[in-house]
Amino acid sequence: MITEALVLSAFLFVIGTLGVLVRRNAIIMFLCIELQLNAVNLSFVAFSRLHGMDGQIFVFFVMTVAAAEAAVGLAIIISIFRHYKTVDVGNFKLLRW
Amino acid sequence: MYASLAAVLFQVGEAASAGGQEAAESGAHFEPFLPGLIVLLPLLGFVLNGVLALRHATRSAEAVRAGGELDLDEGGRPLTHTLPSLIGPGVLLLAFVITSVNFARMLGAHLEEPVVVTYWTWMATGTFSVDAALQLDQLSMVMMMIVTGVGFLIHVFSVGYMKDDPGYPRYFAYLNLFIFFMLVLVMGASYPLMFVGWEGVGLCSYLLIGFWFSDREKSDAGKKAFIVNRIGDLGFLVAMFYLFTTFGTLDFVPIFAGAEEAFAYGGALVTTITLFFFLGAAGKSAQMPLYVWLPDAMAGPTPVSALIHAATMVTAGVYLVARSSVLFALAPVASATVAGVGVLTALFAATIALKQNDIKKVLAYSTVSQLGYMFVGVGVGAYSAGIFHLMTHAFFKALLFLGAGAVIHSMHVAYHSTHSHEDGQDMRNMGGLRKHMPITCATMWIATLAIAGIWPFAGFFSKDEIIWQTAAFGGAANAPYPALYTVFWLIALAAAMLTAFYMTRMMVMTFHGENRTGDQEEKALHEAPAVMWAPLAVLAVLAVVGGWVNVSEHLRDSILGLGPLTSGWLHEWLHPITEQAQLIQDLNLGVLAESAPIVGGGEVVWAVLSGAAAIAVVLVSFRYVGGQKIVPAAEDVEPIGFAKVLYNKWYVDELYDRIIVQPILALSRFCWNVIDVGIIDGIVNGVGFAARGVGFVVSMFQTGTLNTYAFILTVGVLIILGVSIF
Repeated sequence: MITEALVLSAFLFVIGTLGVLVRRNAIIMFLCIELQLNAVNLSFVAFSRLHGMDGQIFVFFVMTVAAAEAAVGLAIIISIFRHYKTVDVGNFKLLRW
Repeated sequence: MYASLAAVLFQVGEAASAGGQEAAESGAHFEPFLPGLIVLLPLLGFVLNGVLALRHATRSAEAVRAGGELDLDEGGRPLTHTLPSLIGPGVLLLAFVITSVNFARMLGAHLEEPVVVTYWTWMATGTFSVDAALQLDQLSMVMMMIVTGVGFLIHVFSVGYMKDDPGYPRYFAYLNLFIFFMLVLVMGASYPLMFVGWEGVGLCSYLLIGFWFSDREKSDAGKKAFIVNRIGDLGFLVAMFYLFTTFGTLDFVPIFAGAEEAFAYGGALVTTITLFFFLGAAGKSAQMPLYVWLPDAMAGPTPVSALIHAATMVTAGVYLVARSSVLFALAPVASATVAGVGVLTALFAATIALKQNDIKKVLAYSTVSQLGYMFVGVGVGAYSAGIFHLMTHAFFKALLFLGAGAVIHSMHVAYHSTHSHEDGQDMRNMGGLRKHMPITCATMWIATLAIAGIWPFAGFFSKDEIIWQTAAFGGAANAPYPALYTVFWLIALAAAMLTAFYMTRMMVMTFHGENRTGDQEEKALHEAPAVMWAPLAVLAVLAVVGGWVNVSEHLRDSILGLGPLTSGWLHEWLHPITEQAQLIQDLNLGVLAESAPIVGGGEVVWAVLSGAAAIAVVLVSFRYVGGQKIVPAAEDVEPIGFAKVLYNKWYVDELYDRIIVQPILALSRFCWNVIDVGIIDGIVNGVGFAARGVGFVVSMFQTGTLNTYAFILTVGVLIILGVSIF
């Protein structure tokens, strides 16, 4: 049972990572980061079957932080969109050498 | 005469203090009379004149800023130019009187041990301790009499000579400071204190040579003197270090008392110490190879040349050797070096003097030559003879320089009257000055006869004694290198003849024959004022009678002694100082010879011979130079052949330039261009360039692309995970 859960979690995490690395739409990248977080949450829940409730408590923490992060992150993306009229991160290259 | 003069002063001393009379009568106790004041008075003069000089400098600067120049004579001379005339010579006169009182007291006391007056502890670190202490003994007393006495006369002369110089107060401030340091040098009771005076007189010499510092050549001459002297000072310092490691103290009294125990006769350590001391002496006293600064030092005012570069400072080296006579007597090799360098310098400088045309240059080389004689004297163990020649030389050479100063003063005024730019020091422009300056001419002839060694002038007795002692020393029973001393003796005789020639040449070119100054200028030539010729007259008397205080027994028994007028006083007077060295010498060398080497003949015979030869040389050269056609400097042609070599001073300055100055310059340029600019700056700048380069390369990672950052982050996390797991 736990093996299947961990494999699923790994798949979700890799998909999320690849999405962050290859997609250029900020909203999609943001969703992929959420996907990574939830992949980790899944493995926490799976491990809590073996090691007690600690993992599930951690999941609540992660979800709280993710919610806060979503609020700040979306706010940034909106203000970028107002400025550039796009959310393609390929256009945001101001901070470079 | 000097002794009788002292006897008169003795009365003064008695009158000044009743306690002194008692001490004199008891005949054993010497009570020093205000010795500290002798040193402090010139220092006081320096402070007062220095304040006036600063005041004058401020006012000049204000005048220049206001767009004009300070006119000294506007509304009478300002105090800054009248007070130094009183303060400068005044403090010296007072110091001379106090010294004379001490001298008179010492004459009556038959002092055996030096009297050391300690004031305070100058420095004490660990085992090393030096007191600020003055040593009063027969040797320092002779030097103090010369320094304050001759110094006073030269100060008086300066009042006339420097009268119109804008730097008048500064001049007297420096001159007083010099006397202060010179007195510290001769009165200090330890080597460090002597070294303080030694460096101080070097400083004053530098300041006074470069007195007219706005002239580049003159300030360069000052620097040259200072730098060449540094080489010698190194020797003095090293010798002091050796002495300290041996004795644990640097005071004169314990060192000389323990020297015979601490050093083996002719041992390596004492030879090293004395050779280093002689290096110091050779620098200060302008001996080969360090003599080159003295002729250049003539850039200073002429009374300075008389005081510092003839009578007092340059004799400090002789004083050092005489003071350390015990050490030098223990080191026959070092003593032979002293005598050898001295005799070579005497000859070498005399040959250069033959062809010089600048009146001061002739006297400068003559001084170098006479200093050589003094070193011969102290090098052959005749310490009192060396000091004796130091004393007589102070009289007649100060006289010659002051006379030359009077001549230059007159020539300067003459050329100034017609705005001519001819050289007022070049003897080719002189001639026939006898008519215009009879007193200067007469007094300078006396000095010339004295330095030439004509009987019965001072130089005859002093120089002859040195030459004779050289022969006698070489013929001693166990003399270390008899043949060498025979050579020294012959060279000394030859140099004496050269002296007679070049001095006569100088006198003839200056005072005799036709005047070559120019028709207009001749009218302005004049005798020096009384304030200038009075010191000349006093010195002229001393140049005659100064030699009568130290006539050897043999001469006194012969026709050359002047009967009751002369005595062997100085030799006996210095006996407590030289006694220990004399004993060491007698013990190791045996009896001195009674007759000259090779041809034989006693002291009297050779005195007669050399005296007669000197007279002959003076007469012949008087006719020879008088018969020559001398043309003014402007029309003269360059000498050719050997005369050209002598005229250019054997090219020694050029040689030093080639083998010392230029290599040092080349080395400095190498250090500058290669080591400093190339290596050191290269490293510093290289570090900077490297930081910039690395930063540039690393900054390439900042692409600004978000995905790249995420990729690098991921790779980094994977690497860290990989490392921590496997």
